[in-house]
Amino acid sequence: MMQHHQILRVVTKFNLPLIMLFGLYVQFHGDFGPGGGFQAGVIIAAAFVLYALVFGLDHAREVAPEGALKIFSALGVLIYGGTGVLNMLLGGNFLDYNTLSPAHPAHGQHYGILAIEFGVGMTVSSTLTLIFFVLSGRKERGGDD
Amino acid sequence: MEHFPALMIVLPLLAAPVAAALPNGRLPWLLTTAVSWGVLAMACFLLATVLGTGPISYEMGGWAPPWGIEFRIDTLNAFVLLIVAGIGAVVTPFAGPSARAEIPQRLQSLFYCLFLLTYTGLLGITATGDIFNMFVFLEISSLSSYALIALGRDRRALTAAYQYLIMGTIGATFFLIGVGLLYSVTGTLNIADLAERLPALEEARVVHTAFAFLVAGIALKLALFPLHLWLPNAYTYAPSAVSAFIAATATKVAVYVMIRVLFTVFGVEFSLGEMPLQPILVVLSVIGVVVTSLMAINQLDAKRLLAYSSVAQLGYMAIGIAFGTTLGLTAAITHVFNHALMKGALFLALGAVAYRIGSTRIHDMAGLAKVMPWTILAFAIGGLSLVGVPLTAGFISKWYLISAALEQGWWWLAVIMLITSLFAVMYVWKVIEVAWFRDLPESRADVREAPLSLLVPVWVLVAANVWFGIDTRFSAGVAARAAEALLGVAP
Amino acid sequence: MDVLGHYNYWIVIFLMMAGLYTVISRGNLVKKIAGLNIFQTSVFIMFISFGYISGSAPPILEDGVTLYSNPLPHVLILTAIVVGVATTALGLALVVRIREAYGTIEEEEIHSQDRDF
Repeated sequence: MMQHHQILRVVTKFNLPLIMLFGLYVQFHGDFGPGGGFQAGVIIAAAFVLYALVFGLDHAREVAPEGALKIFSALGVLIYGGTGVLNMLLGGNFLDYNTLSPAHPAHGQHYGILAIEFGVGMTVSSTLTLIFFVLSGRKERGGDD
Repeated sequence: MEHFPALMIVLPLLAAPVAAALPNGRLPWLLTTAVSWGVLAMACFLLATVLGTGPISYEMGGWAPPWGIEFRIDTLNAFVLLIVAGIGAVVTPFAGPSARAEIPQRLQSLFYCLFLLTYTGLLGITATGDIFNMFVFLEISSLSSYALIALGRDRRALTAAYQYLIMGTIGATFFLIGVGLLYSVTGTLNIADLAERLPALEEARVVHTAFAFLVAGIALKLALFPLHLWLPNAYTYAPSAVSAFIAATATKVAVYVMIRVLFTVFGVEFSLGEMPLQPILVVLSVIGVVVTSLMAINQLDAKRLLAYSSVAQLGYMAIGIAFGTTLGLTAAITHVFNHALMKGALFLALGAVAYRIGSTRIHDMAGLAKVMPWTILAFAIGGLSLVGVPLTAGFISKWYLISAALEQGWWWLAVIMLITSLFAVMYVWKVIEVAWFRDLPESRADVREAPLSLLVPVWVLVAANVWFGIDTRFSAGVAARAAEALLGVAP
Repeated sequence: MDVLGHYNYWIVIFLMMAGLYTVISRGNLVKKIAGLNIFQTSVFIMFISFGYISGSAPPILEDGVTLYSNPLPHVLILTAIVVGVATTALGLALVVRIREAYGTIEEEEIHSQDRDF
């Protein structure tokens, strides 16, 4: 796509890991400060979108195949719902994190929030990347209906 | 058992991503069918429990209301849950063969994913006791139904879905504005808590504004005349199974939201007494019933005809709500149930027609009764129910509505309802006459009766139409109890 | 009457009307989506400004701070933003499909191709 933009390519390569790292920070620090799965998912998806913009859609698809993104977006929802069902199986209400650690309810809340935010982050990042891929890849496939 | 209120929403929610990940084929359909039957079983159990022991409250995440999200099931929403679950359980078996014929193979698993999400959203709106949560579920069901409608074969399905998306989003955002204004004055989002705090604030202009935004937003979703313009196209061009499911459930759930907001959140004295809603609702609904019934007569496509008739029927429900009496509300809730049955049966019958001849234009249905007698007979009985002929479910709701009108001394309204029923005779007859008495064109001589897998769901709903036209203890009985609970009348 | 003191509401109302007007008046399907976005954003701002208390700190636990903004509207709006993103994505996807099917994204030209849109 942008074969001649040497500076863009170098700067992007340099920035990508930082963006990813910041995404992970927002993801896992989300229960102490502002942040969480939604925001982290968007930041990580932004890294993929940037990669696709600079290096072309085909390369980006090699990094993140659409099939895998689809599985991940489904898996994230299942992690979220699965946590809730697990709470039910442990004798609490749906999403009652206290049951995860009956001795220390506060720890239970911590684990529960980490688990569901992880699910949210996974779904949001893969869905947003998928939306970008599908919309931008539409024309070269010439519409498939 | 105690987890059923949450489980019946979580089950389809979790099944949706599984269905999306499954390979295209029969598996996603089998999963959807199993889930919908499971949900139906839970809905039956919930209704039995609520009728036996009173409202159930379920605390999401173990946080007590009003701080946490509460799922609160009383007679009204247990009844609506049963309607949604019942229609879902009948439509999903039908969707198997019908969607295989109408939806491209590579989209099958996504179709069921969307279907389950719509189902989740509709159940969630009904079950939740938190008004913001209601907005979220409303958007879940709407977004997935926009996508479902866009799956229709005709390219006009796309424009219909787009139009629905714009109107639906404006409606939902209006609802959100109303919720925000209510939150700003009461500091709570829990419906029961709102109901307690609002009476003290009734003079506040913010509350009046919130009321207006909420009602306008819901009216858009409910397709109340003249905000119905998105509905005919959406129902006409959606895939057959989707038309049947959405026509039988989505607007009914919007009617439920309207009843909940008017009678539980604001209370009948405020909604219909202090606010000038009663004349607005009555005038708009009466004009709507007459105009859309007349428009239904003019349609050339049977699905579109039914869509216009749906707007007219929604007008009847709005009239029932506007009475604000026990009898009027009973009529509205009974009609929600009966209309789901009849529109479900009619749209499914048309789905069977589309399955065989690939069209639902009335002109194309000429003489079909000779080759598809069972399908056309089902359509005819469903049509009779729509008209309100005695011994069908439609008669019961019309009876209650007219009694409610006479109770108020509004005999002119009863006359209008009789006249619009005559319009209904005309538009139903228009289809029957072509299908029954015209000659079958040569080209259609080899059309066969719809397969049993399509006929059984259709006839289940037709049988329900007749059954609930004769035995009203369940439908009208539960509706009356729900109405009494809403108006705070001792049963 | 403290008209300017409620400047947040004036901003909200202006954005709301601008968005709604764009949705109604523009024939271009993408512009309609943009208008819808502005309309939704105005509601987000309305919620957020409800949650702010004069002189309050962001709702993060800190020593020596007693007055926090109300975090609940932020949470609600986070959800509403996600809904808005989903609506925009779906709307744009529909526009892409409409453009493929009709070759135009102008409402009037679609009208002339299909009379009953």
